[in-house]
Amino acid sequence: MPKVLEIKEPYPPGDFAIWIVIYIELLTFGLFFIGYAFSRRLNVQMFNDSQLFLDKTAGFIDTLILITSSYFIVKAIQSIKNSNRSDISISSIVASKWLLATMIFGGIFLINKLLEFSDIFSQGFSLSSNMFFMFYFLLTMFHFMHVLLGIIIIFTIRQKVKILGYGPTDYVGMETGAVYWHLVDLLWIVLFALIYILR
Amino acid sequence: MKYSSQMVAKPYFIFALILLAGEIVFGLAMGTQYLYGDFLFPAIPFNVLRMVHTNLLIVLLLFGFMGATYYLIPEESERELWSPMLAKLTFWIFAAAGVATILGYLFVPYATLSASLANSFWPTMGREFLEQPTLTKVGIVVVVLSYILNVTMTVITGRKTTISVILLTGLFGLAFFFLFAFYVPQNLAMDKFFWWFVVHLWVEGTWELILGALLAFVLIKTTGVDREHIDKWLYLIIAMTLISGLAGTGHHFFYIGTPGYWLWIGSIASAAEPIPFFLMILFAYNMAKNRRIQHDNKIALTWAKGTAVMGFLGAGVWGFLHTLAPVNYYTHGTQLTAAHGHLAFFGAYVMICFTMISYAMPILRGRPHGNGPKSQKVELASFWMMVLGMIGLTLALTVAGIMQIEMQRLPDAAHAVGFMETQAAISKVYMVRLAFGVMVLLGLLTYFYSFFVKEEKVYA
Repeated sequence: MPKVLEIKEPYPPGDFAIWIVIYIELLTFGLFFIGYAFSRRLNVQMFNDSQLFLDKTAGFIDTLILITSSYFIVKAIQSIKNSNRSDISISSIVASKWLLATMIFGGIFLINKLLEFSDIFSQGFSLSSNMFFMFYFLLTMFHFMHVLLGIIIIFTIRQKVKILGYGPTDYVGMETGAVYWHLVDLLWIVLFALIYILR
Repeated sequence: MKYSSQMVAKPYFIFALILLAGEIVFGLAMGTQYLYGDFLFPAIPFNVLRMVHTNLLIVLLLFGFMGATYYLIPEESERELWSPMLAKLTFWIFAAAGVATILGYLFVPYATLSASLANSFWPTMGREFLEQPTLTKVGIVVVVLSYILNVTMTVITGRKTTISVILLTGLFGLAFFFLFAFYVPQNLAMDKFFWWFVVHLWVEGTWELILGALLAFVLIKTTGVDREHIDKWLYLIIAMTLISGLAGTGHHFFYIGTPGYWLWIGSIASAAEPIPFFLMILFAYNMAKNRRIQHDNKIALTWAKGTAVMGFLGAGVWGFLHTLAPVNYYTHGTQLTAAHGHLAFFGAYVMICFTMISYAMPILRGRPHGNGPKSQKVELASFWMMVLGMIGLTLALTVAGIMQIEMQRLPDAAHAVGFMETQAAISKVYMVRLAFGVMVLLGLLTYFYSFFVKEEKVYA
């Protein structure tokens, strides 16, 4: 039987270095998640009572925003990946628009989070209020900084896209940024479920 | 040597090595005092010895970094140093101020020194590592600023590389965080915050950038590996260093009257702190494996690989041994901390100075391919004597620390052994520590000897 030869996509996508970063990030957040779970077990009632002060709807909207932004960055990569040399300038314009949309959604997430922090602070809660709010602030603020960094990375990628820096055979840089953005997305999904929902 | 202005590095390297000899001698004197409390008393009491020992360390590393920078920057920037004269002037000012300060520590009671040198006008004295009189601190700022000016002007008017940019970022960080030495809050917990903003953010933040840049430079020169390949590693290491190092400051804020969230921030961030050091090992060995040239200066590459391994052990492993809050509850301030301090400073920072000196000094002395084989052999012996000496010393201090924890920290108040009684029980371990300390000194003397080894003439 003849063998069907397939051209394999390089795996994992993106630069190898980003995967080292991702594993380290997962390890760090993982330790925080485990710490949260253990602390919660020691005082379930206090954790449940404190959780009521969080706005689940806002958290859910944040989740949708991040997932949608992840879709946008995939579309940006696809438009470059599926282009050919003749239409690279048009594809780059399209990719640039998708990336802009990703950044805008990331920005909306940050604004939402700032409003949420302001609301929680105005209710008199801080890092020192109790164990639940300590984890809430540490995790969400740590994640906030990741989103901010992600937007900066996407901004840099977009600048390169605008000068036709990527093409159908050279888009590793874009994938590297996208992989990081998906990590930020993934972390939020776990964080949202753990801190806002789980009772 | 590509640029004549690189020659200004030479006196910095020589002076750094002299200071290192002084540091080790004072360390040995202290090690002896642990065994014989009256040794050198009342001429030089323990607190003065300790102050001289730690201050010499800081000053020698600054000299080492400055020398390394003055050698590296012209080559990276592909131009002469902006002002070799300023670098020479800075050397003499810094050396004179450093010597005067050390002599002041040795011959003038600290309280008198404090009263006579404007400390009451602007109190900054009395904190570990930062004992320098306010006037000396101002001098350090002036010297460091002139050094940074010189380096910055060279970099911005020449070729910009990842190495030079990261080195410069580290230097700016070094200067910026030293400014916290000028603020001493009344509140003791707050005081610790600002003290660690200097000490921790130097050694586990900005200095690591300097270390990474210097290591990368020597690796490029001795392995011939592509700059592009090295740059990627460097960015990764630096990013991890900054993230884990900045948040890792939290491990210094355990149980000193600070809020409880520091226990979590400090513990988790510290767990990530060994990672950049581990990446440095991968980096150094990967570069050595993929080398494109066989540089004759083999010993420089040995020092580079040694720095990565010993930095990981000292700063990474020995640091992590006691940075988890529940562990630190028992280990805080024991000899385990001293074990970590010794191996980290030696492994990461003293050894990177040796790496640079071993690479650059032969070139500065007119031997572009490194010292001869005989000299390198002697240097290799000195490498192992110092490395094994420091490992032995660290293991001894670790045993001492564990004994302290077992006798003083773990038992309840009724059963805990007193401080002096514990010290007496540890005395044999202190003797082992001293013996390894002597080995380190002998290693350094052997290193000095390697400069004077005469090679046999080869006749055609």
